[in-house]
Amino acid sequence: MALLEVDDLSVTFARRGQRTVHAVDGVSFSVDAGEVVGLVGESGCGKSVTSLAIMGLLPRQPGLRVGGRAVFDGTDLLQLDDRSRRDIRGRDVAMIFQDPLSSLNPVIPIGLQVTEVLTRHRGMKGEAAQKEAADLLDRVGIPDPRRRLKEYPHQLSGGMRQRALIAMAVACQPRLLIADEPTTALDVTIQAQILELLKELVRDSGTALVMITHDLGVVAGMCDTINVLYAGRVVETARRRPLFREPRHPYTVGLLGSVPRLDAGRGERLNPIPGSVRDVLAWPDGCAFAPRCTRRIDECVGAPPELTLTYDGRSYRCVNPPPVPGTPPPAATDAGAPEPATGGPVPAPREEEKP
Amino acid sequence: MFRFIVRRLLQLIPTLFGLSLLLFIWLRRLPGGPETAILGERGTPEMRAAIRRNLGLDEPILIQYGRFVRRLIKLDLGTSTSTKRPVVTEFFERFPGTVELTVMAMIIAIGIGIPLGYLAARRRGRLFDHLSVGGSLIGICIPVFFLAYVLKALFSENLGWFPSSGRQDPTLGATRITNFFVLDGLMTREWDAAADALWHLVLPGLALASIPLAIIVRITRASVLEVLNEDFVRTAEAKGLTESTVRRRHVLRNAMLPVVTSIGLLTGGLLSGAVLTETVFAFSGIGAFVAEAISQRDYPVLMGFILIIAVVYVLVNLLVDLSYSVIDPRVRVR
Repeated sequence: MALLEVDDLSVTFARRGQRTVHAVDGVSFSVDAGEVVGLVGESGCGKSVTSLAIMGLLPRQPGLRVGGRAVFDGTDLLQLDDRSRRDIRGRDVAMIFQDPLSSLNPVIPIGLQVTEVLTRHRGMKGEAAQKEAADLLDRVGIPDPRRRLKEYPHQLSGGMRQRALIAMAVACQPRLLIADEPTTALDVTIQAQILELLKELVRDSGTALVMITHDLGVVAGMCDTINVLYAGRVVETARRRPLFREPRHPYTVGLLGSVPRLDAGRGERLNPIPGSVRDVLAWPDGCAFAPRCTRRIDECVGAPPELTLTYDGRSYRCVNPPPVPGTPPPAATDAGAPEPATGGPVPAPREEEKP
Repeated sequence: MFRFIVRRLLQLIPTLFGLSLLLFIWLRRLPGGPETAILGERGTPEMRAAIRRNLGLDEPILIQYGRFVRRLIKLDLGTSTSTKRPVVTEFFERFPGTVELTVMAMIIAIGIGIPLGYLAARRRGRLFDHLSVGGSLIGICIPVFFLAYVLKALFSENLGWFPSSGRQDPTLGATRITNFFVLDGLMTREWDAAADALWHLVLPGLALASIPLAIIVRITRASVLEVLNEDFVRTAEAKGLTESTVRRRHVLRNAMLPVVTSIGLLTGGLLSGAVLTETVFAFSGIGAFVAEAISQRDYPVLMGFILIIAVVYVLVNLLVDLSYSVIDPRVRVR
């Protein structure tokens, strides 16, 4: 059984006098123990809301409704009361956030922010907690940890701050770690270091990792399984290699196509997805991506596309998927459909899979 | 920290020097000059000339200013023209009363205002929130002297719970050391005297606390609401910390910064302007005395008052800065 099984998760925000917003609309995916799973999509596609809903961290407000199930190790996290949820958070399921500066409390020292997790979940106090905190900082690659414990977040560099946040997250050796765009606020060299650190921690401890990102390079270097989200739904799920080799959803094709490539010819233009994420069709009216899709056909509008499962365990939500290279496209669906936007072959992932 | 305090106290010197210059000019520029201020409209030219000679006003202006400053340094603020007693003596008797009253009012305002504002923020949009925000609006709107009369009529004249006037029961014959009656009682171990002085502070303290209380409720509420949305509160929640830890360590402490600033400003304001409350409760503080001095054109008293308030504001600001640096390491002083 999977460690985390998210099933038909939906999050809606209802405002009086305004249209109800379906931020997450029937998202399902699963994470096995020790697996690295990616949630990929543009900003606003619901990937962060999904993670916050699983953690029970969505800001409490009238009109917020969370539906579906998120079963972690046999318990549905969404049905837990506040107390038991607090017991699980930080101990079994931990989270790392996007902006390390604003995610750290500016007025208390790093040390206390690490030890408070140890005190809460592992009952450690005093010198024992201090020592463990120093060990944790050391493990995430912060030099001179004893001194750093006494410092405040503003005295640390961006990369150090994210390392400190990671130390707090892994302090109780959680079985699941959710990282919400952990490298977006960092510069590129630091990004690589942080990703390397996450990979290492996950490999050494067997922690499962849910990696939320818009960066396909990150996904390529880390994830075993990838879920592509669009407008609150998973539009394609696949293992890493098949996804990069032969994406079956036009949105995935577009995402891959819009990654700049070093080996592209000089002066060659980038291939952005036309339109913006605001041009979204409500799912009940058809495929949400249809307004921006280059492979749009009449069947796209009217009813939401069903999830198509293929033989190798991947799935996608498209009535007119791009042809798989090497197989002749079925003539019936191709008629009248415009050429895919990317035209050429799909780019290779930025980082190659390690055996 | 110590060096910071010393430096800030040294900054008082240029402030006071500038102030003395302003006061000196103000005294010279009085309509008809200081002699008219003393004599009023009735004086004959001969009397005016005599007073000018007495005050040294016929001497060069720089010498006059030098003498003025020398007297200030010796804390000689002159003699009150209405009570004929040294201004310093008058202040020594009355200012402690106002300080006690202000401290009492601020303890009430902070003690009730911060929890109320915090709870209002946590229960945002619900009945409790509406009640405290609405209540604080009423608190700002009600004139303090009116509230003072209502409190006095209700709790002292009808119910008899609290004394209606004065700072202490004179029949106790309490010993005076600092003229802070509560402090004196504690120092001399005259517990009944201290308790009685404290008891006298409750009603005027309540009346005086109304506006600061309302302001503190609102600022705390707004500040807590802002902090609740901060990322680090989400991080704290993600760590699975208990609600009370999140509240104390992560929310309240960060929310206190703007509250501390406003508490400083409010305290300064109370010290300089508790006139009406003191009058209603026949509380012999500085407010009523200075109000009388204004109508009597008692310039030495006014001058002394301005100086004292200036010093008080600087000290209160120093306290605010110090508490800032205790709360927030980013502005910590070295």
